[in-house]
Formats: sequence, structure tokens, C-alpha cells
Amino acid sequence: MKPIRIHKGRVAPLHRANVDTDQIIPKQFLKRIERTGFGEFLLFDWRRTSDGKHDPSFVLNHPRYAGASVLVAGKNFGCGSSREHAVWALEDFGFRVLIAPSFADIFANNCVKNGVLTVVLSEDEVGEIARRAAEIDDYEITVDLEQCKVHDDHGLTAAFQIDEFTRHCLLEGLDDIGLTLQHEAEIAAYEARHAAPISPI
Amino acid sequence: MAEKFTLFDKIWNEHVVCVPAGRLPLLYIDLHLVHEVTSPQAFEGLRVAGRRVRQPERTVATVDHNIPTEPRGTPIKDPIAARQIGALQQNCRDFGVPLFDMDSSEQGIVHVIGPELGLTQPGMTIVCGDSHTSTHGAFGALAFGIGTSEVEHVLATQCLHQRKPKSMRIDVRGRLGEGVSAKDLALGVIGQIGIDGATGHVIEYTGEAVRGLSMEGRMTLCNMSIEAGARAAMIAPDETTFDYMKGRRFVPRDWDEAVVRWRALASDPGAAYDATVEIDASLLAPFVTWGTNPGMIAPVDGRIPEVSDLKADRPAVERMLEYMGLEPGTRIEDISVDRVFIGSCTNSRLEDLRAAARVAKGHRVAPKVRAMVVPGSQAVKHAAEQEGLHKIFLDSGFEWRESGCSMCLGMNPDILQPGERCASTSNRNFEGRQGRGGRTHLVSPMMAAAAAIAGHFTDIRNWRFR
Repeated sequence: MKPIRIHKGRVAPLHRANVDTDQIIPKQFLKRIERTGFGEFLLFDWRRTSDGKHDPSFVLNHPRYAGASVLVAGKNFGCGSSREHAVWALEDFGFRVLIAPSFADIFANNCVKNGVLTVVLSEDEVGEIARRAAEIDDYEITVDLEQCKVHDDHGLTAAFQIDEFTRHCLLEGLDDIGLTLQHEAEIAAYEARHAAPISPI
Repeated sequence: MAEKFTLFDKIWNEHVVCVPAGRLPLLYIDLHLVHEVTSPQAFEGLRVAGRRVRQPERTVATVDHNIPTEPRGTPIKDPIAARQIGALQQNCRDFGVPLFDMDSSEQGIVHVIGPELGLTQPGMTIVCGDSHTSTHGAFGALAFGIGTSEVEHVLATQCLHQRKPKSMRIDVRGRLGEGVSAKDLALGVIGQIGIDGATGHVIEYTGEAVRGLSMEGRMTLCNMSIEAGARAAMIAPDETTFDYMKGRRFVPRDWDEAVVRWRALASDPGAAYDATVEIDASLLAPFVTWGTNPGMIAPVDGRIPEVSDLKADRPAVERMLEYMGLEPGTRIEDISVDRVFIGSCTNSRLEDLRAAARVAKGHRVAPKVRAMVVPGSQAVKHAAEQEGLHKIFLDSGFEWRESGCSMCLGMNPDILQPGERCASTSNRNFEGRQGRGGRTHLVSPMMAAAAAIAGHFTDIRNWRFR
């Protein structure tokens, strides 16, 4: 997993509430058994018309947001299905940071596991960033995970909170399975105290 | 005074392996359910890292999400789906994980077979790479959905680092009226607290109406809790739970001892919750969703609300109505349907099929409607056939299919065409969920069966049963 410390990048606004993971990556793409290559299917039904062509009216298809690595979205982003493919699609498309007033729980967990930073800001702050992204050409934002702060070159600053363990994993790009396996002795002791509750299968 | 714990606290505390300095608690997972869609990349990760499955005997796999519901033995036409099923078969062989495969009499939707086989038990921690894992909380378990990276983590370590969620009590007073089902209660809860109303929380359902639900009803209620954003949902086990479980295949051999242990799984009187919500069951009606999220509900005898009457922002509601092809003020009973789907991990159990069959008996599906019944598991299908329910459905013009997730998410060939309108007993009405451009209305099994026959939504409370 790639560490993330200070990230500066172009901002794309998808300022809608309750964008669900069915929308982020529709079901027909979940049959693939690979972990890569989902970016082209990101937000498929919104980005493409029914004949498969790019819909020029959809915000992420606008040339001004080409190469964006920060997505600013409405509240409850990533609700619904647990499909991690949603994060793989966002990450493969180029997003490293997502900013929204709130995220769904499973989706936020999935982001951490893939080195994608979710930044929770107030509705007003998110609205202001979305407005600036739409109005200021080449609008970029800097997200500093060391300081837990966001700022742009036009005077906007905002602070965010993140739990220390998640911050640590993202800063270091840690493989947390490796971390957990350091506790082999504790896990084995727990298992010795608790017999399997299921009759043998 | 002794400290008071909620049911959730008790299960949580029992499963904390350790709390490493500067890290989140490490939680032990008793049961890990696996299916074909969210596991291939996890097994591949184990392979790449040279890791094994730590506890194959606490891991159970089945195929449900992408499989066709045509008669078993019909070749799978979609090569990508077939490859994904093949990957699960190979992974289960390579890593020693038990698999209830396509041809197994135990195959079914993972959230149907867990309880049915007695794998799901009170007091357990249960995870699955599927958001509707909350279903298993109906037995007084802590059960939650995880992503594929966490699937890999559990396969490798049987543990997860978890921040302890907050607790929310939803107390449902009074009784559900005639024709008002667990599904309507679930929709009523989401309508009241909103689709992110329980984000970050584990819900415990309490109250007379909840105690009065069968296990099937409790599963429906816990299943839909993720649609309110809940991390998990649970109901303390009681006689209803034990009666349902007794004699099932994988329940503990020392049954009496287990029941004694499970009886202690209740919140202490006066235990504190981070949030409390009260619902009056007597005010609930059979609901129909009209928007593109499960919180947009109307009673069947109501109308599509005016945009100005809603809390949601105007462009979002207008977008929803445009997608759904509906106008504010339209009577719900005036909305006609093209398709009906009775199935999914929300409503595909024997009780659900009995309820739908009771409505269908002696009636015919409306000429323009295509209606399908997809049992949740092979065991449900078999039991329904023993009772002759399939005859009732077939005689009424419903299709009777093989078990799987089917049109709930349309990963298999069962999908809506653009513009088609469906009365569905599933859990999500998101844009495109059942097929691009498809319009989904979530309802109970009785309401779905009635819509199939009438050709439009109709109030089940006025139904002429035959």
C-alpha cells in the first residue's frame, strides 16, 4: 500500500448526497477476479450514455477535471454494498483523497485498506471546496495528513480529525495483516480459551 | 453498583483478543462466511504473501451472487461469472475451506444458509464480504459486512482491528397491524431515522413488536439495518430463537448448556445506549418506496409526496422522481408494475414464500406482468415444494426458480430492462441496482404478490384471500 503524507492535487466535485457503491461501480463489473483495472468502469452509468459513449455533460468527463486526484462529494458517500471494487475503481481512476461531510462505515474502512484517505469536513467547508473546484481553473488542494489539515492557494484552510491508528497506517502504508500476525501468541491463547462453537463441518 | 452492559458490549468484550498500544482493539471472529464475488482477490492476496487460512473450520463458503436461477445443470453462459465461480471452487480446494457449491442441497444465499444450518448462533462475531451480514444479528450475534481486504485479513488471522461502534436502541412499542410485516417495520425505521441515521452505530432492537416477530421477521429487520447505515443490528435471543435453532445441523452438541449460556445474552436493565429511538408499531402501514434510496417510503394508501414536503434537497428529489418516472401527488395504488421479484436475503425464506403464496392462491398474475419467485436456498425451495407452495405460484403464473441472489442485484441474467418498473422484496432501490434504467419499488412479500396479480400496487389490508 502506498503511503500518503502530504497530497496536492486537482479537485473534482461530485457534490451529491448518498452516492452509493452500486453507482460507483455497477454490478456487471464485480465478476472480475482481479484487483486492478476498475477505473474505466467508475460511475459507469453516470459517465456513459446507454450506448457506452462518454456523456460530456457528466462532471467527471469535463476536461477541466482531467487528472483530478481529490474528489469532493456529498454526505454519506459510499453507502450501500460492501464491494471494495468501489474503492479500487476510485483509486484506479486516480483519486487518492476523498472529501465529504460523512462516509458510510464499510466504505471508509475499505478506503484505508487501499491507501485512500477519507477527509471529513463540515457541509459548509465541503460546499465551499466544491464551489471553488467548479469556479477556479486548475483548482488544487493540499491535504496534509501529518498536520490533519487541508488548504488551497486561495486562502482556504480547514482541519479534520482521524483516529490515530488509521492515520498511522496511511502515513506508513502499512500492511495490517502483518501487524496482526505479530499478535500470534495472543490469538493462539484466545483460541485455546474458546472452543469452536460450531459442530464440525 | 455493578457496571451495566448492553448485549453489544457483552459480545464485544468477550471477543477482544488484545488492545495493542496505539492501535484499535483486535477482535476475534467466530464465523466467516465467504462467497464468490468478494473473495477471489482476498485468496489471491494470501497466495502472493504465502499465507494460509488460519481457521478453515470457522470459514464456510457458498455461491450465491452471480449464479443463474435457471434449472441447475444448465451451463453458465456468462464466461466471466463462470470463471469467478471456478475461482471460488479452486480457492476452497487449495485452502481447505468447506464449500456448499452449485449442486449442493445446502447451497443458498449466504445469509439464508448460515441461520438455516445452525452456523449462526447467539453471542458470535460473524463477518462476510457482504453488507447484509447484519441479518445474522437476529440471533443475538454481532454480525457485520466487510470489504475484500478485511476478508483477506480474517482468512489470514481470524481477527480484525475494529474501532468499537456506538450503540443505538430502537424500541418498537405496540404491535404491527394486520398486513404490516417485518419488512414494513424495517422500511418504517429507515424512513424515520434516514439512510445514514445509524451510521457508526450497532442497533439493538427491543420492544413488544420485535419480540413478537418470528426469526424470519427478525432477520428481515436486521438485514435492512445496513440501509440505515448501521454497522450491525441485533436482537437478544429468546425462546423464539432457541426453537428455531434446535436440531439444526451445526448447532452445539451440548445444546442445553449452550442455551443456558445464550440466555445470559441480554442487555442489563438500565444499560446505557449512545442513542435511543422509539417507534410506534401501530402507526406503521404496508410501505412502498418511491425514490432511489430505501428511506423514500410512502404508505400504500398514500401518495408520492410533494417535493416541498421533503427534508431532502430539491435537486436530489427531482432527480429521483425523473429517474423513477413519477410525479408528486400520484396515488401509490395508481402505479403499475411490469415485473415482480420475490426473493433476496431480505425476504426469501419459507415464511416469506408462505405469505406470498397465501396472497397468490386462486388468483392470476396480471397479463402484462412477469413475476418470479426465487427461494433463498435449496432447503427453502425443497421445504416450499413439500408444502405445495410452488404449485400455487406456478398455477398463478409466477416463475419458480433456483436459489440465489438473483434480481436483488442483477449480477446474473435476472435483470430489469431500461424503464421497467418492479415491485421487489429486496433491499435496495438504488439507480440501476436491478438493471440500468430499471425502477425498483421495495415492498413486503405479500405486497409484491398482490402487485403481481393486480398489475399495480394495492393495499394488502383489503385483499380478497381465496
